[in-house]
Amino acid sequence: MNYHWDWQFFFQEADDGLKYYEWVIAGLGWTTAVSLASLAVALLLGSVLGVMRTTPTRWLVAIGDTYVDLFRNIPLIVQLFLWFFVVPELVPDKIGIWMKQDLPYIVTAVVGLGLYTAARIAEQVKSGINALPRGQRFAGLALGFTEWQTYRYVRLPMAYRIVLPALTSESMNIFKNSAVTYAVGILELYFQYKQIIEKTSQVLEITIVVTMAYFMLAFVMNRMLAFVEKRTRVPGLISGTGGK
Amino acid sequence: MRKSLTALALSLSIAGLAAPAQAQAQLTGTLQKIKETGSITVGHRESSVPFSYLDADQKPVGYAMDLCAKVVDAVKSELKMPNLQVKYQAVTSQNRIPLMQNGTIDLECGSTTNSVARQQQVGFSVHYFITSVRMAVRKDSGIKDIGDLNGKPVATTTGTTSDALIKQNERGKHIDVKNIYGKDHADSFLMVESGRAAAFVMDDILLAGLIANSKNPSDFAIVGPSLRDEPYGVMVRKDDAPFKAVVDKTLIGLMKSGEAEKLYTKWFMNPIPPRNVNLNFPMSPALKAAFASPSDKGVE
Repeated sequence: MNYHWDWQFFFQEADDGLKYYEWVIAGLGWTTAVSLASLAVALLLGSVLGVMRTTPTRWLVAIGDTYVDLFRNIPLIVQLFLWFFVVPELVPDKIGIWMKQDLPYIVTAVVGLGLYTAARIAEQVKSGINALPRGQRFAGLALGFTEWQTYRYVRLPMAYRIVLPALTSESMNIFKNSAVTYAVGILELYFQYKQIIEKTSQVLEITIVVTMAYFMLAFVMNRMLAFVEKRTRVPGLISGTGGK
Repeated sequence: MRKSLTALALSLSIAGLAAPAQAQAQLTGTLQKIKETGSITVGHRESSVPFSYLDADQKPVGYAMDLCAKVVDAVKSELKMPNLQVKYQAVTSQNRIPLMQNGTIDLECGSTTNSVARQQQVGFSVHYFITSVRMAVRKDSGIKDIGDLNGKPVATTTGTTSDALIKQNERGKHIDVKNIYGKDHADSFLMVESGRAAAFVMDDILLAGLIANSKNPSDFAIVGPSLRDEPYGVMVRKDDAPFKAVVDKTLIGLMKSGEAEKLYTKWFMNPIPPRNVNLNFPMSPALKAAFASPSDKGVE
């Protein structure tokens, strides 16, 4: 294969006055921002929905189940397009125009990616809570806790510890899934990757760099959560050997 | 790293030159590969209307495909191989260059701009089309020129930088636009259609195709001056002069004989498959000049 290797192009100036390595860094910045913001949305909403699905109240369970079914069964890119192209046409004209012209694109991306991931986190939080023996809730209630207090002080602290490994992969997934947001105009890493290929044709160099960048992002997330897992471990409980 | 690769490439090419030289009339590069494998692989696009795309039967057709069919005929007679097997391989704008370099395709017939940056990686034939970067707008937006874009959102597709082109233009120097990016041309066009963007800056022929296929073609117009002229060429392997000579000779012959213009009329001025839409895109003065004096000089 007669490929023309040239690693120096990263230091060449692109037509917007920035250098190509600065494009990569700008992309990394957006990828991190979209991913972390979406993760915050997903953890918050996913936890609420997960708890709702384990309550004795039927309509809360129904809402939670419907949400998960809806958001887990539609491909991420389709959901992003729905938020980006379809929703602005369904709302009143004034709001639609505001969404299309003034609302920063990152909001659409974070809503799309966050709501999608929330469904997956809700499923994990629910299975964490259901993994606990029913006696834990009864014991809490017998001690005079309200239903909410049994969640707050008894069940959730245990449930989160059980599902932390699953939450770790979800947090890594969100970085990888964030690549899809290039389709709704976010200038993140994958967008810059495509841009740089088109501009310089140095496909292999930029592919290697971007692959490593995604790997690093997911890996750092993995190590951070492994640390959390280690620090929050309660010796002798549930998975005493977990979170090594 | 580069030095050792160069050395490796050199020794390989010397070895490659030496071996068959004894066997037959010194064929090299792509021609040698075609002779040895008994087949030629043509890279085509799937939706570059009307250059190279799939028709209703999923068969690659188009203006560039017609030109390349003539090139294949020329290769057949050059190698005296009337039964040469012709294979087709779909390529995208992302993989067309690596696939050319690793030998998967021998000839790429699509809508590839011949640029100096790309010439580092691959070679190009003489130009068979010149596109101008212009903008598509909604007629009711009242936008007539680049100056009207000040402060407005402008869509372009990942891979081009409309703001750079607008800034380079004399009349665009003092204006600021908000750049937004579509995933592909259809997306960028949808941004204009839905009112998200005021204009879509792109190759005019692609804009004409999108408009012709839209729900209400009369709602849109292509306006403004050409921000840049980009020539399309048939992509071949780099530094493969004998093969490029066959390609160039064929294309220049078609241009001189008027056959290329006939093919142009067939694809740009008549209803074309699969939906029998007529692009109505007359030959530009730049293309007439390119046919009169063929060139393979890339753009910056």
